[in-house]
Amino acid sequence: MAKIISDVVCPFCGTLCDDLEVKVSDDGKEILEVYNACVIGTEKFLHSQAKDRLTVPMKQDEEGNWNEVSVDDAVEYTAQMLCNAKKPLMYGWSSTNCEAQSKGHEIAELVGGVVDNTATVCHGTTLIAVQDVGVPSCTLGEVKNRADRIVFWGCNPAHAHPRHMSRYSIFPRGFFTGKGHKARKMVVVDPRSTDTAKMADLHMQIEQGRDYELLSALRVAIRGNPLPETVAGIPRETIQDVAETLKSGRFVVIFFGMGVTQSLSKNHNIDIAIALTRDLNDYTKAAIMPMRGHYNVTGSGQVLGWQFGYPFCVDLSRGFARYNPGDSTSNDLLRRGEVDAVFVLGSDPGAHFPISSVKKIAQLPSVCVEPHYTPTTAVCKLHMPVAFVGVEEGGCAYRMDNVPIETRKVVEPPEGMLSDEEFLERVLERVKEIKGVA
Amino acid sequence: MPEIELNLISGRTIHQGVSMEAGKEKPAYTKACGIIEMDDADFKRLGAWRNTNVRVTSEYGSVVVKAIQTTQGPHPGVAFIPMGPWANMVISPNTYSTGMPTFKGVPVKVEVAADEPVYDSLELVRKACRGEI
Repeated sequence: MAKIISDVVCPFCGTLCDDLEVKVSDDGKEILEVYNACVIGTEKFLHSQAKDRLTVPMKQDEEGNWNEVSVDDAVEYTAQMLCNAKKPLMYGWSSTNCEAQSKGHEIAELVGGVVDNTATVCHGTTLIAVQDVGVPSCTLGEVKNRADRIVFWGCNPAHAHPRHMSRYSIFPRGFFTGKGHKARKMVVVDPRSTDTAKMADLHMQIEQGRDYELLSALRVAIRGNPLPETVAGIPRETIQDVAETLKSGRFVVIFFGMGVTQSLSKNHNIDIAIALTRDLNDYTKAAIMPMRGHYNVTGSGQVLGWQFGYPFCVDLSRGFARYNPGDSTSNDLLRRGEVDAVFVLGSDPGAHFPISSVKKIAQLPSVCVEPHYTPTTAVCKLHMPVAFVGVEEGGCAYRMDNVPIETRKVVEPPEGMLSDEEFLERVLERVKEIKGVA
Repeated sequence: MPEIELNLISGRTIHQGVSMEAGKEKPAYTKACGIIEMDDADFKRLGAWRNTNVRVTSEYGSVVVKAIQTTQGPHPGVAFIPMGPWANMVISPNTYSTGMPTFKGVPVKVEVAADEPVYDSLELVRKACRGEI
């Protein structure tokens, strides 16, 4: 008889849906079906059951051939690599739990590494802007219950956060939003006519990269000052219309994504988006929130924040925490050849970094802790497979609105498989021995 | 052979997400991400049929992907490659002191390369790292 596990948390995106139901076999070893999750979350659960899953660590020899090694050898290689390096880069951390992150940071402190998370290629510029100017934000529960004006700026939740609109932002009926989407106005700003834009009341098909200008124009329009005929390809009347729509709302929320963080202007785009949110608070209630990608990238920022005071790219190589985006960030370090070893856990820079950075990783001693085969594992010297957090291991994760949620274990990992935290614990013990730390 | 200039952006698609979680070494990932989405108007300028392999070249690199009709258009002049190693062969690694490479808004040239293969993700990255492409 199969059993159903309820209130399961989805370990895919920053929406961190916590209403999944998973049907597992009676012995608790096999996932049979996943309910309530989006198609990507479902795939994540089901793929953990793949028959071709790697369960033994693999090491690449000088000729590029892969050989199986023991977990002990993997721990030894990782600890030696980190201890022998002058400035190892310890990158990733967004697809694991806060407990493992904390353990990894202990190692980084001992070996003088640089700890960076996937925000560096995602919402790193947002974090810079928030530190520069602050952020008026809220929780997703408040969005569901109160927001009647929703702006999606440079993001496409229909594809990247598939249940965001149905759980929180557009469709649900909340305490003060009893009519659901019928009483909400949806504005989308995107250079493409995305599937999200097609659902909007108003789509501003902006000229790519002109976000700063359009955000400025909206600030002008909100104050009722004159505008040129078009800004960023959008007619004056449309901008004024959007400004009025936002001002007339009871609660405006601006969600923004990679369209603003990765285009030129970067953190300045977000500075002015926050300024727009502040301006709107002169007329109504308004908040702004980044659409975080990995399910626990927010948690990585939180844990780094508690421990070192900075949310990403923390350089511990001088014995104290330094933070300097553009200097201590992964891609800049790799491109300038300033790190001499790379440790990757809970992310895939091989697929998601510019190829010039990947080439540098391929030349260095490197370890990738990862349940899947990825372009990173293809170029790293050691591939250490681990259990899936959120599927085969519980632990704390932070939703995109900075709310911590305890993920659940639904099945047992393959026999003998370590979790991220267990692997890091063993590396930490060995690092302490090598360094002679009690 | 004609060659057209486009403004390249990259980003997520739901197919990219599903195939990524199903295994980046599988053909479905290449099918979902080893593509460039172009407008009908741009296909006409290029003089190419849909679903033709094309070479995309920027100041920073070059990659062969399959050109398909845009799924979220129209956006003439703008091309889209889903986030992944194919896009990352050509996007701008410049971070301008923010740590963030410029994944969106990269000028690229597109030309037909019907006889050239689209490599899978692992092969693409390995070949690029070995200097073979």
